[in-house]
Amino acid sequence: MPGITREEVAHLARLSRLELQAEELDHFAEQLDVIIGAVARVSEVAGQDVPPTSHPLPLTNVMRADEVRPSLTPEQALSGAPAAEEQRFRVPQILGED
Amino acid sequence: MTDLIRYTAAETASAIAAGEVSAAEVAQAHLDRIDAVDKKVNAFLHVDTEGALKAARAVDEKRAKGEKLGPLAGVPLALKDVFTTEGVPTTCGSKILEGWIPPYDATLTSRLKDAGVVILGKTNMDEFAMGSSTENSAYGPTGNPWDLTRIPGGSGGGSAAALAAFEAPLAIGTDTGGSIRQPGAVTGTVGVKPTYGTVSRYGLVAFSSSLDQGGPCARTVLDAALLHEAIAGYDPLDSTSIDAPVPAVVEAAKLRDVRGMRIGVVKEFAGEGYQAGVMQRFNESVELLRELGAEVVEVSCPSFTLALPAYYLIAPSEASSNLARFDAMRYGLRVGDDGTRSAEEVTALTREAGFGDEVKRRIILGTYALSSGYYDAYYGSAQKVRTLISRDFDAAFAGVDVLISPTTPTTAFPIGERADDPMAMYLADLCTIPSNLAGNAAMSLPCGLAPEDDLPVGLQIIAPAMADDRLYRVGGAVEAALNDKWGHTLLEEAPAL
Repeated sequence: MPGITREEVAHLARLSRLELQAEELDHFAEQLDVIIGAVARVSEVAGQDVPPTSHPLPLTNVMRADEVRPSLTPEQALSGAPAAEEQRFRVPQILGED
Repeated sequence: MTDLIRYTAAETASAIAAGEVSAAEVAQAHLDRIDAVDKKVNAFLHVDTEGALKAARAVDEKRAKGEKLGPLAGVPLALKDVFTTEGVPTTCGSKILEGWIPPYDATLTSRLKDAGVVILGKTNMDEFAMGSSTENSAYGPTGNPWDLTRIPGGSGGGSAAALAAFEAPLAIGTDTGGSIRQPGAVTGTVGVKPTYGTVSRYGLVAFSSSLDQGGPCARTVLDAALLHEAIAGYDPLDSTSIDAPVPAVVEAAKLRDVRGMRIGVVKEFAGEGYQAGVMQRFNESVELLRELGAEVVEVSCPSFTLALPAYYLIAPSEASSNLARFDAMRYGLRVGDDGTRSAEEVTALTREAGFGDEVKRRIILGTYALSSGYYDAYYGSAQKVRTLISRDFDAAFAGVDVLISPTTPTTAFPIGERADDPMAMYLADLCTIPSNLAGNAAMSLPCGLAPEDDLPVGLQIIAPAMADDRLYRVGGAVEAALNDKWGHTLLEEAPAL
């Protein structure tokens, strides 16, 4: 299987919302190439007819009764917010001006 | 009073219950110890002096009123900084959560408080539990009390070091790929990963949700069992919690009898990369179990050789999704919000500034493994490996009651040695990962010092899911026999700090 290029790492960092520095990109690309080379061994089993396991417990949807329960107050919920206003999280602009 | 810090949790609780010592005195003795040695060890990220003394006094008042005390009432504990604690900082070893004060307690935290356990503070860890050395903490590494220039294991290095440095008789860890057992092994302490789903994950900051499991850390097998019983059990707030009785682990820890048990030695966990002294102590443990009346056989689990690669695809994949919550909007750090930048730019700048290298590597690796074009080859194959590993365990447990192996291939390595070599670091989890992938139960307990470096070696015991009691039965018997042989516990050989 192919390794990973610096360009791919830059793309993945953008997707992951990580504003990496140039030297970090160089370093991570090199290290990730080694790691991917090592973990690619799992593809040995790719062709085998084996069901995948996503979770150790055979659970499906776990439901509870839809009842009002005690919960955090707005003050508590906002207590860790970098910025809050009128009982809401205040965030930087999400949409452009125009 | 210095003796108080050397008591086991069981001894401490009975001394308090009998009125021989107050919980407040016990708490103060440990706070004094932390004050004296933690500058060197750096096991704690936050010491909650006021909260600990308040909790201890509450136990003393309860006793004064003649109320019944639980089996761990008044016993001090070091809590890994990955569980939320209302009003007490929780950082997960990350700058992105520096100064964050959770508004609620994790279920595990509330259970400890309800049991009268005295939480001394929050312990150091690899950032978001990603690592095997505690060097990935944003707040500096923790030293191994056996040799402060060496790693205490990770990610729960702070919890294990606190035990080995006699700063606390009990601690809590979380085990995603070995983060309870590997620190236990390299510090000469006991660590247990309970069956997945038996200790609530509510309020445990998620790294890899299908693997993460909180569990007990202690200096003795019985103490670990007492803590196990206090924290395990069904929790409706965790949708993956198992609604079934907790196995009788305390009873099993007291049995000290392995006669008639069938024990399998995992053939794949030996050979290249395994330190000679580790294998020597492990092989002696195998002989010891035979002498104690167990039947020991060799067992092959061929898929275990693919466990490490599968883990380093599954865990980063889940982490890349879980850590998306650190977006600089609702809690934690926010960087670059100067009124001109968009939310997306602020998120990216904050994550760049707030996450350390290992977290970034794993987020990128996980994002890669989940991207279209690679998903089937990487993540899909890793999930198949997970099935094959469970099948290997099922086949093995059809013939034996428990499996054993060394917990780690080597003893504690020097701080800095593998810090910038991720693959070398990942090898520390070689023997512990299969149990996380399958969701069963496993323990590490000390089985001696490696002759070449006089550092602790861990014996790993693995039991089927919901048979956690077998770990304690075997562990309790091995511990008792070794302490008899040595004439003391292993930790008594640790150098003074």
